[in-house]
Amino acid sequence: MSDLLTPEIRQWIGRSDEPQRLEVTRRDIVKYAIATQQRQQKYQQGDEAPPMFLFNAHQPLVPVEALRSDGLTMDPLLPDLPLKRVMAGGVKNTYHRPVKPGDALILTRTLTDIYEKQGSTGPLIFVVYAVRVETEDGELVMDETRRRIFR
Amino acid sequence: MVSLFLYNAVIWNPHRIHFDETYTTQVEKHRGIVVDGPLQGDWLSQAVTEWLGDDGALLELEYSNRRAAYLGERLRAGGEVTAIDTSLGTVTLSIYIKNGNDVVTSPGRAVVRLRA
Repeated sequence: MSDLLTPEIRQWIGRSDEPQRLEVTRRDIVKYAIATQQRQQKYQQGDEAPPMFLFNAHQPLVPVEALRSDGLTMDPLLPDLPLKRVMAGGVKNTYHRPVKPGDALILTRTLTDIYEKQGSTGPLIFVVYAVRVETEDGELVMDETRRRIFR
Repeated sequence: MVSLFLYNAVIWNPHRIHFDETYTTQVEKHRGIVVDGPLQGDWLSQAVTEWLGDDGALLELEYSNRRAAYLGERLRAGGEVTAIDTSLGTVTLSIYIKNGNDVVTSPGRAVVRLRA
């Protein structure tokens, strides 16, 4: 049924990229809380990170001239796909313990699936990642499954 | 609009569909500036954590961005309890973001554990 996804593209499924280390500061939590207009004091004061705080935290930081023409960062975990326009698809997070200021986290991302679907406006490619978030001591913090849609 | 700008700054998302209207409508063929899917996900989390307060903990949060939402739309987050497991102390909720036409843009599900 798949016309867009070649065996070469599918070979990327299962790959992981370099784990990223993230130091969580109170200031970063407060910025996030302001941007998302959180109403609970523990988030506003940065005592604890809101549940979606780590979204995109794994993204590699590259210079502006290295960004795609649509502004997005090239994804080192993806081959060149035949569809180029990107939309957010959704998330499934499982929480093991809250994120607090001072946490040093290790984020490991794996490409777990690439599949094709027929959308109302044409073909779509769904890309699925799993991000495992642990403390430096190996304590599990969060598991994220994230979908991106290429159209 | 300021919140949308700050959100994309804070998650380090330079995708032009969130700030470059000419590009967004002409190249990516959207109706207007796009409200991030994960920002809607955050609003879903706020609907759940504000309801929960300090009476428990969020265990799972799941949502799908089914249709795009655009700057200027009035979006509303809400949900309802769909299951209670008294032995585990967990409550499952069905959650949603709806637009001004009462159409769900992002449906989801959350599981919380209530403090004993």
